[in-house]
Amino acid sequence: MDIFLTYLQVFGCGGLVCLVGQLLINKTKMTSARILVTFLLIGVVLEAVGLFDKIENFAHAGITIPIIGFGSNLVKGAIKGAKIGLLQATTYGLAAVSAGLTCAIFFGFLFALIFKSHSKKM
Amino acid sequence: MINSKEYAEYVSTHTQKSCEWKTLPIAFVVGGLICCIGQAFADLYTYLLPTWEKADIGALVSMTMIFLGGFFTGLGLYDKLGAVAGAGSIIPITGFANSIVSPAMEFRKEGIIFGTMAKMFVVAGPIIVSGVTSSAIVGIVYYIVGKV
Repeated sequence: MDIFLTYLQVFGCGGLVCLVGQLLINKTKMTSARILVTFLLIGVVLEAVGLFDKIENFAHAGITIPIIGFGSNLVKGAIKGAKIGLLQATTYGLAAVSAGLTCAIFFGFLFALIFKSHSKKM
Repeated sequence: MINSKEYAEYVSTHTQKSCEWKTLPIAFVVGGLICCIGQAFADLYTYLLPTWEKADIGALVSMTMIFLGGFFTGLGLYDKLGAVAGAGSIIPITGFANSIVSPAMEFRKEGIIFGTMAKMFVVAGPIIVSGVTSSAIVGIVYYIVGKV
């Protein structure tokens, strides 16, 4: 039953984030790039003020899977680096998300070579 | 009788309303489900790799989700989902993968270097730039605050 409750929290929180995003799209006609940047910056701010971990304790993947989690990871790395030195404060952010970024670029390139574009057919 | 201008207004207000109402629950359900898939992978990896740190598990989960997002974009299914789900498919990390793979595929016809490699960051570029810049600023601020 505990697991069910956790997944309900994940579903609810993740859904809520996307609902807010959809509301923004509907009301302001924002493009997807703007939406993604906005939510990334929300994640950056949440992590910078230390609120993100509290939300994550409740929402789990419901807040880390949305792009908010990407922004928070960047800042999490930067804060970790800031304890070591000024150089690390600037470089550890990108290092923290390097796995996801490398993966996205690698598969982006690979899939572009493998798959044919579908947009022409539509 | 109403004139054409009034009619256009009537149509726009009414059609928009029905569209907006429909998109919200779909975005909620799709977004929630994608997050649940992410949670399932996180639970699976925690079970399979009990010695790994939480941050590493998180990185592995994002890699998996990015792979899946990219793969379904390659198959052309993710864009079909996006047409229905809107923000529900954009905001999860799979949408970030979609924003890279989709232009990479679409601009393949312009060549590998100036098509795929250059245009793959059409949407993701702003995200990476804003994210890296803001994280560097936060890092420097934390460094200065830590020294004071």
